[in-house]
Amino acid sequence: MFKNNIITPLLLALTVTAHAETVFVTLEKDNALAVVDPIAGKLIKTVSIGQRPRGIAISPDNKFLYVATSDDNTIKIIAADTLKEVGKLPSGEDPETFALNPAGDMLYVSNEDDSLVTVIDIAKQKVIKQIKVGVEPEGITVSPDNRWLISASETTNMLHWIDAKTNAIVENTLVDPRPRAVSFTADSQQLWMTSEMAGTLMVIDVKTKQPIKTVSFNVTGVTADKIQPVGVVIDKERQRAYIALGPANRVAVVNAQTYEVENVLLVGSRVWNLAFSPDEKRLYTTNGVSNDMSIVDLESQTVTKSVGVGSYPWGVAVKP
Amino acid sequence: MNIIHFWRALWGIVGRELWRFVTQRERFISALVRPLVWLFVFAAGFRAALGLAIAPPYETYILYEVYITPGLCGMIQLFNGMQSSLSMVYDREMGSMRILLVCPLPRWFLLLSKLLAGTGVSVLQVYVFLAIAWFYDIQAPWQGYLWLLPALILSGLMLGALGLLLSSFIKQLENFAGVMNFVIFPMFFMSTALYPLWKLKESSVLLHNLAQYNPFSQAVELVRFALYGQFNQYAFIYTLTAFVIFMTVAVIGYNPSRGMMIKKVGT
Repeated sequence: MFKNNIITPLLLALTVTAHAETVFVTLEKDNALAVVDPIAGKLIKTVSIGQRPRGIAISPDNKFLYVATSDDNTIKIIAADTLKEVGKLPSGEDPETFALNPAGDMLYVSNEDDSLVTVIDIAKQKVIKQIKVGVEPEGITVSPDNRWLISASETTNMLHWIDAKTNAIVENTLVDPRPRAVSFTADSQQLWMTSEMAGTLMVIDVKTKQPIKTVSFNVTGVTADKIQPVGVVIDKERQRAYIALGPANRVAVVNAQTYEVENVLLVGSRVWNLAFSPDEKRLYTTNGVSNDMSIVDLESQTVTKSVGVGSYPWGVAVKP
Repeated sequence: MNIIHFWRALWGIVGRELWRFVTQRERFISALVRPLVWLFVFAAGFRAALGLAIAPPYETYILYEVYITPGLCGMIQLFNGMQSSLSMVYDREMGSMRILLVCPLPRWFLLLSKLLAGTGVSVLQVYVFLAIAWFYDIQAPWQGYLWLLPALILSGLMLGALGLLLSSFIKQLENFAGVMNFVIFPMFFMSTALYPLWKLKESSVLLHNLAQYNPFSQAVELVRFALYGQFNQYAFIYTLTAFVIFMTVAVIGYNPSRGMMIKKVGT
């Protein structure tokens, strides 16, 4: 009664004022894509997408989704409105993570088993180069100024600085063991990287290509072995960064100016990847073991809801 | 007999109880210490650092101390209800009860006034407890603290009525230990105050069933849902029904011609 009379109209009012964005989550075990309305906090539908979908990204014009269907050995191009497959990209073997350049015309794939980065021209749907990198490349990102392509090799414990124009490795940076995810600040001045095995976050200065800060995490009641940082995102103003701590079931909130851990937020089991809402007022997490995603309100720094999406949620992308 | 007389009697009883509560600092502190020890010590040990599974009214993962807080609100009211019953027995032994009961107002009204007085005190205790819990990072939406008030009044009345009912059975103050062992502890432990129903089901179906039909569980659930701005209709009806039954039996119990008083007079 209370809920219906008072809270629902309030929520409806909020719904009207908030942007009606859509969240897409790849479901590794269900071979499907979950479509979620994050404002209502509801799963809208689940669509079959291909074998073992993992990495996902949306084109800068928000018209297409790119989904790495690992067991199909391809990256599928999906129309973001109809969710119909409109093309396939030759990704190489077992694609998992990939990155789009800011213009959205080039796509870079980590081929973990072959220690390669495959460079794909999206318009031509062709591989234009394969770059030999360290063992087990995983994290991959392109700087917002389109100067650098970064590939993180999990076993070599190295970041490879690849010139985005020549597609050649220019420099390597040795980092903490098992680097997982990499992300640039909006000004392209810093590169943030998570180390799964050391349980740390490293902030690297792009000019010197050397770490300027290493951040450790501590969660009360959780043993250090469970703190395995994976996804990392930084807001546009570089006020705060959010780091998924894997089996610690937490998202760490790090002050992006002082590098202090301000908070740890409880989310679902084995939190994996993260994405901001377009206005950066909310954060979405994929929780790999509890089969749900959590919605974090960034103003109040609270987890408002966890929404069941399907088996083994992996990647997340947001369409405005 | 007009409404003024009723008001005077009500205010006399409620005012006396509130004044007692405010002036007896030890009582106020001890009423808070119990739930705070449970929160800071017991709940800390069972922290569930990786999060408890989601069950309504919660919409995401929570720590154990968040789960146990509404249960501790219930505990405050349960002990308060029983303490009121203890004071009734004391009043009877001391003779002040006789003064109250010879007042020319209906007996049910006097008992209800006594009940409202006890409930008012327990509601105050709960809000102070929740204010302390707020600084321990156990925070509900602000609307929840408003919805909580009617839920606390009903649960407080129900548990107070149970206390009244018990006090009509207890002959001497010494027998109150039995109330602790046979009423308070079983009611508290066999409820959803400490563990969710699904968790109890994992260990024992019997325990699950006992907890499900325990009126204290339903009072705790009513409080838990209200704290998160939600209305649990089943818990509301269950608690209200339990209150009506307990109150009716307590009024009969305090009727010298029909109730338990006959036996007591006889002893």
